[in-house]
Amino acid sequence: MAALLAVEGISKSFRGLRAVQDVSFEVPQGEIVALIGPNGAGKTTCFNMIAGVFRPDAGRVTFAGARIDGHRSDQICRAGIGRTFQLVKPFAGLSVMENVMVGALNACAGVREARDRARQVIEQLGLGGKTDLLAASLTLPDRKRLEVARALATGPRLLLLDEVMAGLRPTETDHMVALFRELNATLGLTILLIEHVMRAVMALSGRVIVLHHGQVIASGTPAQVTRDPAVLECYLGEEAV
Amino acid sequence: MSELLLSGVPRRALVLLAALLAALVAFPLLVNDYFITVLILILYFAYVGQAWNIMMGFAGQLSLGHALYVGLGAYAAAALYVHFGISPWIGLGASIVISAAAGAAIGFLAFRFGVAGVYFAILTIAFGEFARIGFDHWHWVGGSAGFFLPVANYTRNDLLYLRGSPTMFYYLFLGITVAAFVLCHALLRSRAGYYWLAIRESPEAAQALGIDIFRYKMYAVTLSAAMTSLGGVLFAFYYNNLFPEQVFHISRSIELILGPIIGGIGTLFGPIIGAFLLTALAESLHEVMAAFGIDVPGIKQVFYGFCLLLVVMFLPDGVWPPLARRLGLGRAPSKRSEG
Repeated sequence: MAALLAVEGISKSFRGLRAVQDVSFEVPQGEIVALIGPNGAGKTTCFNMIAGVFRPDAGRVTFAGARIDGHRSDQICRAGIGRTFQLVKPFAGLSVMENVMVGALNACAGVREARDRARQVIEQLGLGGKTDLLAASLTLPDRKRLEVARALATGPRLLLLDEVMAGLRPTETDHMVALFRELNATLGLTILLIEHVMRAVMALSGRVIVLHHGQVIASGTPAQVTRDPAVLECYLGEEAV
Repeated sequence: MSELLLSGVPRRALVLLAALLAALVAFPLLVNDYFITVLILILYFAYVGQAWNIMMGFAGQLSLGHALYVGLGAYAAAALYVHFGISPWIGLGASIVISAAAGAAIGFLAFRFGVAGVYFAILTIAFGEFARIGFDHWHWVGGSAGFFLPVANYTRNDLLYLRGSPTMFYYLFLGITVAAFVLCHALLRSRAGYYWLAIRESPEAAQALGIDIFRYKMYAVTLSAAMTSLGGVLFAFYYNNLFPEQVFHISRSIELILGPIIGGIGTLFGPIIGAFLLTALAESLHEVMAAFGIDVPGIKQVFYGFCLLLVVMFLPDGVWPPLARRLGLGRAPSKRSEG
């Protein structure tokens, strides 16, 4: 099956620092793919190029058969890619409901419909009791959930998750993993996630792409990449191999 | 439509609103002309404050140059009336178009080229000043010597040409203030309202959720400018004289935003309650001082500064949000938070 998202040879430099160099990978329709790598490997920069925050210096990004590199992030969202931010950006002065409704309006014709959709997504994320709280009053795990709820409410075909498990307790992680699996199974939602929590990576993803110093050094099933000497070296140091 | 407007509004709020409206409608029957002129001033500030609030309170774009739109509206309608005898109701159309175009031009320059925050505010001041200096030298509308409308004949209210008694203007100002309140209430419950609040809170997140932030910021500045110019038209026909040094001066822009700041930025009642508090207190101060024969030039500005200081220190969200909670009306629909 053709890939839903195809990244071909994208690069990005920041004042001479080459954050991402010639990275290519594909995310097939209906799959869950993880992007892992040490801090500073260029994972979030890759995300930002896919989501329209940065224009790649070189290379192309294709989503559902159409070029999207260089498009604005709102156009990319409307094209069907929802994203979360690693450093959460809740609408602090708005309630949980209002936060999620803003996302839902992307998928709905009217405010009333958006409210219903938002309520449903809020329930799915386990924020049901907190609908009317201001986002500013939420704890960090709840803010991560809100981040996911908002992105999910936009009705994406591809969901980009940037470290949404970080800071969650293991049981909360398991709950989140179960939710993504369910969305993947029932809606056919395709997911690309950046994650440090290996428990979640192992449980969720069919394929893992490993970035190091802005380049892809390995890719394959979780079992394959964790046995790859290059991966072990970048994570644990040369002596460990 | 009415269902959409009223759903979710606490019953208690509706009762209070109805009582307030009834009181405002009945006022001119109970008080003398002096009080009517003070009330007109309050309603004027409430109205333009509400219009400014769409930009700052909803969409988070600080304009310190709203006197520009008041002035453009005032001069456009007044010039058409004085030079061509055109009814202000038609002139109003021209005022709105000109002000909306000016707002859109400033918005386009700023939002297209990423001028934001303080720099945006400075840009709005600059355009206000351009207009002040330009009108000072534009003799067709009187230049710096001022532009005068033929003074009204108070024996008869001519609604078509807006010549009439303060009571007529009181009801006109009341009408537009109520209309602006209802419009803002409806806007806050619309797609545009949610999008504006999202842009105010976090432009990056708003854009990532599919919002064309340029377009929605343009909507806010254009609508706010158009609404403000309507206030300018009534202002011109009520006061009958326009001086660029007064109309376009930055102190007018500041005066206009004090109401919403003191009342509560981003709230529907903030501009109204702020305008009432400031104007009523300033007038009372003036009266008390006059009674004691004290005349201190600039005392009003000092007083405004003092009020602003108190609000910033003790009620950073403005007077209305805590008052609303006290009245059992819950949090205002778009309460700002510190976070």
